[in-house]
Amino acid sequence: MATLKVNGVERKFDGDPNMPLLWYVRDELGLTGTKYGCGTGLCGACTVQVDGKAVKGCLTTVSEAAGKAVTTIEGLSKDGNHPVQIAWRELNVPQCGFCQAGQIMKASALLAENPKPKDQEILSGMQGNICRCGCYQRIVAAVRHASTGA
Amino acid sequence: MLHHLNEQLATTPIPQLGHAVCENVSRRSFLAGTAAFVVAMQVVPAHAYKSYKHGGLGMPHGIVAKPHVFVSIDPDGTVTIVAHRSEMGTGSRTSIPMVIADEMEADWARVKIVQAEGDEPKYGNQDTDGSRSLRHHIQPARDIGASVRLMLEQAAAKLWKTDPSEVQAINHEVVHKTLGVRVGYGRLAKAAMGLPAPKRESLRHKTESEFRYIGKGTVRIVDLHDITTGKATYGADVRLPGMKYAVIARPPVVGGTIKKVDKAAALKVPGVERVEVIPTTGLGSKFKPLGGVAVVANSTWAAIQGRDALKIDWDPGPHGTYDTVAYEKTLRASARKPGTPHRNQGDAVKALKGAKKVFTREYYQPHMVHAAMEPPAALASFKDGRCEIWAPAQSPYAVRTDTAAYLGIKPDAVKVNVTLLGGGFGRKSKGDFATEAAFLSKLVGAPVRVQWTREDDIRHSFHHTTSVERIEIGLDAKNKPVAWRHRSAAPSFLSTFVPDKGVQHPIELGMGLEDMPFDIANVRAEQCKALAHTRVGWFRSVSHIPRAFAVQSIAAELATELGRDQKEMLLELIGPARKLDYKAMGLKKAMWNHGEPYDEFPFDTGRLRNVVELAAAKAGWGKTLPKGEALGIAGHRSFVTYVATVVRAKVDEKGNLSVPEVHVAVDCGFVANPERVRSQIQGACVFGMTAALFGGVTYEKGAVTQSNFHDYRMVRSNNYPRRVHAHVVEHPFAVHATGIGEPMVPPFIPALTNAIFNASGKRIRNLPIGDQLKA
Repeated sequence: MATLKVNGVERKFDGDPNMPLLWYVRDELGLTGTKYGCGTGLCGACTVQVDGKAVKGCLTTVSEAAGKAVTTIEGLSKDGNHPVQIAWRELNVPQCGFCQAGQIMKASALLAENPKPKDQEILSGMQGNICRCGCYQRIVAAVRHASTGA
Repeated sequence: MLHHLNEQLATTPIPQLGHAVCENVSRRSFLAGTAAFVVAMQVVPAHAYKSYKHGGLGMPHGIVAKPHVFVSIDPDGTVTIVAHRSEMGTGSRTSIPMVIADEMEADWARVKIVQAEGDEPKYGNQDTDGSRSLRHHIQPARDIGASVRLMLEQAAAKLWKTDPSEVQAINHEVVHKTLGVRVGYGRLAKAAMGLPAPKRESLRHKTESEFRYIGKGTVRIVDLHDITTGKATYGADVRLPGMKYAVIARPPVVGGTIKKVDKAAALKVPGVERVEVIPTTGLGSKFKPLGGVAVVANSTWAAIQGRDALKIDWDPGPHGTYDTVAYEKTLRASARKPGTPHRNQGDAVKALKGAKKVFTREYYQPHMVHAAMEPPAALASFKDGRCEIWAPAQSPYAVRTDTAAYLGIKPDAVKVNVTLLGGGFGRKSKGDFATEAAFLSKLVGAPVRVQWTREDDIRHSFHHTTSVERIEIGLDAKNKPVAWRHRSAAPSFLSTFVPDKGVQHPIELGMGLEDMPFDIANVRAEQCKALAHTRVGWFRSVSHIPRAFAVQSIAAELATELGRDQKEMLLELIGPARKLDYKAMGLKKAMWNHGEPYDEFPFDTGRLRNVVELAAAKAGWGKTLPKGEALGIAGHRSFVTYVATVVRAKVDEKGNLSVPEVHVAVDCGFVANPERVRSQIQGACVFGMTAALFGGVTYEKGAVTQSNFHDYRMVRSNNYPRRVHAHVVEHPFAVHATGIGEPMVPPFIPALTNAIFNASGKRIRNLPIGDQLKA
């Protein structure tokens, strides 16, 4: 039995402790904002935060998250108005939108750790998250916008 | 101004109004209405725009422009507009309803969008593919909007017992022109929508100066908030009580069959409930499932583990020897022999024989895979002889009819709900993954979601063709090109539909082969036999990718050969501004023109020249750059859109490539949503860069070698083309809107490789670039 907090709610799971967080939040909790993109930690679509740090939900098991606080895109902010979410909307970042929850979860963790990142830090910080539509120019601009308002 | 208008109002006779209206007009709203009246008087009376023929009329189920099908209005004034095209990132789910809303003078803040299910007899063609959505639907959308506006005005006129010419719809209300009294759309809804649809001749479309949203780029995509909060629904996000989760082991080689399957270990995995065989199919089976062994479980994770535990002995079948290294040689050999001529202008054979010099180059492009961020996934629920599907489908009606045929039921017994698509790029035009879910749901008697893993997506997709494009240019004594022979050898997507004869479809021939625009006296375009050994499908930009790569590379190579400037050479090859005359080009009929009537959408070399000049000027063509940096240019027409791209490439001593800047000039006719056009331009450069750098799927012993993003790599935030500048040519509505989802991909690749050559001296003729630049 693993006990963990997901978006502030205490959860108990007695299934396979090796189930990745990705499938746990999606299939068991119905939190489908976290996406499956590769299953091998290569694309970042499944990015969630564990104790505030961005992790790949497909590589982190439920047992590894036991006793910790997991945040998914649904729990990033109460009203959906985290500065990163606002920046994403102001700059019209998404195209298909599929990777964007992962991008936002990564970007918000990045800014929590480093509130004023240099451009190079944004570029290298975000490189684990693939966007096939190619929204990088706006993703990078939105991270900067959320950070500095510029 | 207001004073002047008030004076006019004072002298205008006021008609007798019905009691009901007076009762409803408070002093406050009447005063507000006076303000609206000011706006109304500033509006110049408009007329119907001149409609034109387009390819949408000839699509299956054609165009439906019935206002009652697409628009409904609630008593509270909420306007609901049906989006019947699939959303995969281009923004059409927003842009088409936005056009309707603008023409009907609806306030976008009070518009709700609902997604149509797959029902082409009702909505008209829904196949979201070929960069067609705005191209085909901007006129019907305007007609639908103008119809509803007229119906609302008619209802208001009836209410006020006045002539419809006395009223005007303005921003969600109808205003009496002389009295200034107003009535909201909600109150008029029932009466207005109860009226028959007006005839098109009676419509009064807006003038372009009256557009509120069209052409402005201020309307944000309707799903923006949901996307940024995780609430947007994609293929794998629909949940039903009692649903099961399935993952399928498909034959490693297309057309392979199951010799033996050992289910025991899979069935022991906790959560795995059933292991079922799906009949295997071979090439030519259209969009039928490939078949294989399905593991059905109570979670995706259990299904994945169950599949890992399967032991399957496959018979590879007839394509078990497919090897892309050997096949490249086959394609080259085929392209070096005469093929079937499809365009024969002048006498290129004779002119090549008589040429002082023949300049020959061959360009190779490997198979590629769409690799949308959302791997295919669909949910199906089969119950009592009926099947309901939720799928990220580019062509939901095809999913409906194909699945019905596969299950042996009538299309009426299948309902296809369209979710958002996490990218499509042509992959999700094929509904095999939804049919798999339907088949399994029927088999297990519960709703089933089929989830493709990334490995499944890379290995079992409908891959982009691979090709060799060989071009010979004959030069006369003055180095003037006098002959052009282009031979194309590429397996066709026809092989996915019918027994393969190794010949290309006219659609593929029309993509940069037959329509090559260079002003050369003798031109011959041939296709050379190439048999398919995998499922070939269409991939964003399709055959334009290898053709633009070849044609725009050889143009630059010729410039280098002759010591000429590449842009000047390109413009000289394109020749004077003219509309290409297909008869003079040695074609019996107009080349495939992306389904558009040639007279309405001719190939205008003046527009191609213009974008080449524009991109070059914006990029500062000719300027001096630091060592290791250079510009490259390419211009290409596809999806009836003209695009020129200038890439600035930087190659360091170690062969590391970066792209600091790109300028893209686009002429796509009238633009409904410039903001989404810009996002498509930016994104297409990234897509093109991935194709150029990494995009190769290879085969050994019939099976795909790659499996995930470690060996099928993507451009990321550390190497994407920085600062993509979009320059969009402005046109009035009279210049037909064309396609925007695809046409920026093809020229990006040769613009990049031309820039690489100029920066490093290394000429890329074989894609992907991979390690070719490494010192």
